[in-house]
Amino acid sequence: MCLAVPGRVLDIEERDGTRMATVDFGGVVKEVCLEYLPDLQVGEYAIVHVGFALQRLDEESARQTLELFAELGLLQEEFGDPWEVAAAEAAGSEPVEEVRNQ
Amino acid sequence: MKYIDEFQDPELARRLLDDIHATVTRPWALMEVCGGQTHSIIRHGIDQLLPEQVELIHGPGCPVCVTPLEVIDKALEIASRPEVIFCSFGDMLRVPGTGRDLFQVRGEGGDVRVVYSPLDALRIAQQNPDREVVFFGIGFETTAPPNAMTVHQARKLGIPNFSMLVSHVRVPPAIEAIMSSPSCRVQGFLAAGHVCSVMGMGEYPELAERFRVPIVVTGFEPLDILEGVRRTVRQLERGEHTVDNAYARAVRAEGNPAARAMLEDVFEVTDRAWRGIGVIPQSGWRLAPKYRAYDAEHRFSVDGIRTQEPAECRSGEVLQGLLKPHECEAFGTLCTPRTPLGATMVSSEGACAAYYLYRRLDMPATKAQEATPVV
Ligand code: SF4
Repeated sequence: MCLAVPGRVLDIEERDGTRMATVDFGGVVKEVCLEYLPDLQVGEYAIVHVGFALQRLDEESARQTLELFAELGLLQEEFGDPWEVAAAEAAGSEPVEEVRNQ
Repeated sequence: MKYIDEFQDPELARRLLDDIHATVTRPWALMEVCGGQTHSIIRHGIDQLLPEQVELIHGPGCPVCVTPLEVIDKALEIASRPEVIFCSFGDMLRVPGTGRDLFQVRGEGGDVRVVYSPLDALRIAQQNPDREVVFFGIGFETTAPPNAMTVHQARKLGIPNFSMLVSHVRVPPAIEAIMSSPSCRVQGFLAAGHVCSVMGMGEYPELAERFRVPIVVTGFEPLDILEGVRRTVRQLERGEHTVDNAYARAVRAEGNPAARAMLEDVFEVTDRAWRGIGVIPQSGWRLAPKYRAYDAEHRFSVDGIRTQEPAECRSGEVLQGLLKPHECEAFGTLCTPRTPLGATMVSSEGACAAYYLYRRLDMPATKAQEATPVV
């Protein structure tokens, strides 16, 4: 939950008097509120946390972060189905995470 | 340097590490505040790549872990009511309250829903005017502004059946509490990058000065952490204690002014209990009086809840950096992600979970064996 993921703005519209955007997070598309970054434009990147754009990011850093998150399975953690995870944990199979042997 | 090839830019990682190794002349203890940083550190074995003299102590920066048991129990109580749709972020589902968790409440028939954003909960309230929709508003300074905006919207749009169970926490008072403790060993802080994206760096110079402790704003990717460590160690070796920004691509000195203004409008600072730690003065937010109508604690009377922490759980010490997770007797035996005793074992950002998942071998061999997750 604390993770903030960089995403790219696909389009912007007003809804209920609020500036909202469709944002692409490396393939996962979500609705994002732009009220805290009102001058963000289509094509720009921002750090998004729980559906809110919080700070601009340049394209290069955004790309690198997204790649890393995908590699670490963090995007799955953020956008995957939490019920499945909770059910798996309760049922006894551990959350599927790679285990590092040392 | 076993893992260094896995870094995004192994060459840069090596240079940063070489520089740290060349700079250090004596032992230093640094605390990373954010749970995301803790996971990154353990996952990439960063603590093992650093010189032996540099110790990383894990801090209390996991909102799921520090949400007090009493608030979890209130959430469980509210979520059990037939008229309520209880909305939460997914990582609260398995956090143990006294005797059960939200996942179990749902199994018993409670209408518990997972949302990605607090605005999703507001939409659910609009779509279900005959139900009470309650959102579980927890988190640090990064999560508080989205939640604040949602309450603000609820009032603006006149949505009467929405309320929020608020348990927000603030980082600077936690740093102050940690530094004020007589058993504190922390000599430098890696401050949480995304918290500063919102709040800026204005709250830190006074703390750095008062406790003569360097505070370096740090991201949570492996290279960011190495850079944060490098800058903190450099300051310590020179006897400096300033606030430095090693995460400039996402943090500006003033933070996000619009978000800060909304925080000030919707919330007011209050004392807050931290799970396992106790009350830290001025360390949290609650809804300001003009938003009281949207306060779930006000709407549903949930006082008089009796909480009980498992006696074995030492997460309070873990959260304050006084104990490493594997030093807890219950670690990997009584307490696993499947049978968590404390929130630090449940949360994806919790220190106990990080040690468990990445099976750290700085624990006794037999315990490591027991702690091996069945995949
Ligand atoms: S290992 Fe489990 S019981 Fe021990 S401190 Fe961590 S959460 Fe608590």
